[in-house]
Amino acid sequence: MASPPGSRHGLRRRLLTSGVLFGIGVAAFVDESVFHQLLHWHHFYDLSTPTVGLVSDGFFHAFGWFATVGGLFLLADVRRRGGRSIAPWWGAVLMGAGGFQLFDGTINHKAFRIHQIRYVPDLFVYDAVWLVVALLLLGGGAWWWRRRDERGAHAPA
Amino acid sequence: MHPHDAGAPVDLTGPVLGGALLVLLAGYLAAIAVSRRRGRPWPAWRTACAEAGVGVAAVAVAPVAAVGGFVAHMWAHLLLGMLAPILLVLAAPVTLALRALPAARARRLSRFLASRPIRVLTHPAVAGTLDAGGLWLLYGTGLYAAMHHDPGLHLLVHAHVLAAGWLFTASVLRVDPDPHPVGHRTRALVLLAFLTLHAILAKHLYAHPPTGVPEAQAQAGAQLMYYGGDYIDVALLVLFCLDWYRRTAPTRASAPAAHPA
Repeated sequence: MASPPGSRHGLRRRLLTSGVLFGIGVAAFVDESVFHQLLHWHHFYDLSTPTVGLVSDGFFHAFGWFATVGGLFLLADVRRRGGRSIAPWWGAVLMGAGGFQLFDGTINHKAFRIHQIRYVPDLFVYDAVWLVVALLLLGGGAWWWRRRDERGAHAPA
Repeated sequence: MHPHDAGAPVDLTGPVLGGALLVLLAGYLAAIAVSRRRGRPWPAWRTACAEAGVGVAAVAVAPVAAVGGFVAHMWAHLLLGMLAPILLVLAAPVTLALRALPAARARRLSRFLASRPIRVLTHPAVAGTLDAGGLWLLYGTGLYAAMHHDPGLHLLVHAHVLAAGWLFTASVLRVDPDPHPVGHRTRALVLLAFLTLHAILAKHLYAHPPTGVPEAQAQAGAQLMYYGGDYIDVALLVLFCLDWYRRTAPTRASAPAAHPA
């Protein structure tokens, strides 16, 4: 909150924050609905999960919802203040999703051992694909943000 | 234990809590009539929220909710402690009371609301601790098992679930006149902490069933608490963000401040 939300720099930051938050929320939602509930690869609770894993899981569960809703309201705020293109937003969404995926695949799954991606012998392949997807999302998002942000900065209101 | 009190102990919760809510609703409707007589109509949607809130809470404390074990209990918990409070907060009962009461009594109510104890109690961190703390006590100690043999304790626990849920929701949304404003950032952090504790408690219950609850029931109840809580949480989050969005509206030079201090 270094610069007021109405300023040009403040709006750019807010657009970035909005997209990253929404991306984290969407990634957390996909994780919950696709991998937990549809595929049943992940376990609700693997029973060997240590306390730190439970706390981290609970936090990201709550934070995911907050980020989804809050991110969209921040985007609405940037729009109503007007004067800048919101085209770079999708790049920020991809970065947020990739960042969460990377965190989930390394810290949550491995360091905190909340649960594994799938309970199979060749887990390494799943982990590798998970991380490559995370890096692609991050890289693609950053590229899109830079590309659109430069254009957006010159776009008329 | 006597055979006749093992099956169906006397239910105090339904009659007492349900009765108290109906009295409150009657007062609410009477206040609308007074306000209308004074030429100040009351929004119909707020009335609908009050009625729905009382209805949802009444379903949660209905005697049928007591049969069906831990899963039914968890349904009642979600309705009584989370959904009904949101509706009751949106009903803005304090705003209505201030309109309907005679001037002297309205002033006394305002002074009471501005007092230090109310300031402490309506801080989201305090209200959230009362709410989450009560849940941890209920499921983490022998309280859950004990209340099923003691109708008075059962009533007390359910009254606490409703009152603490109501207080916490009110402290986060701050719909009624607010003599002790708390910033959106503080409220957001407390809400995030509360939702985190709720999710952790749900998973904890999955692995550590409360005394007397079979494992399968505990697991089904825990998942209901986790995922069912989500739907209600999203409504709470949208309402909270909507409040932020409205109060931070960029003001045009001529527009009056949205939020007089």
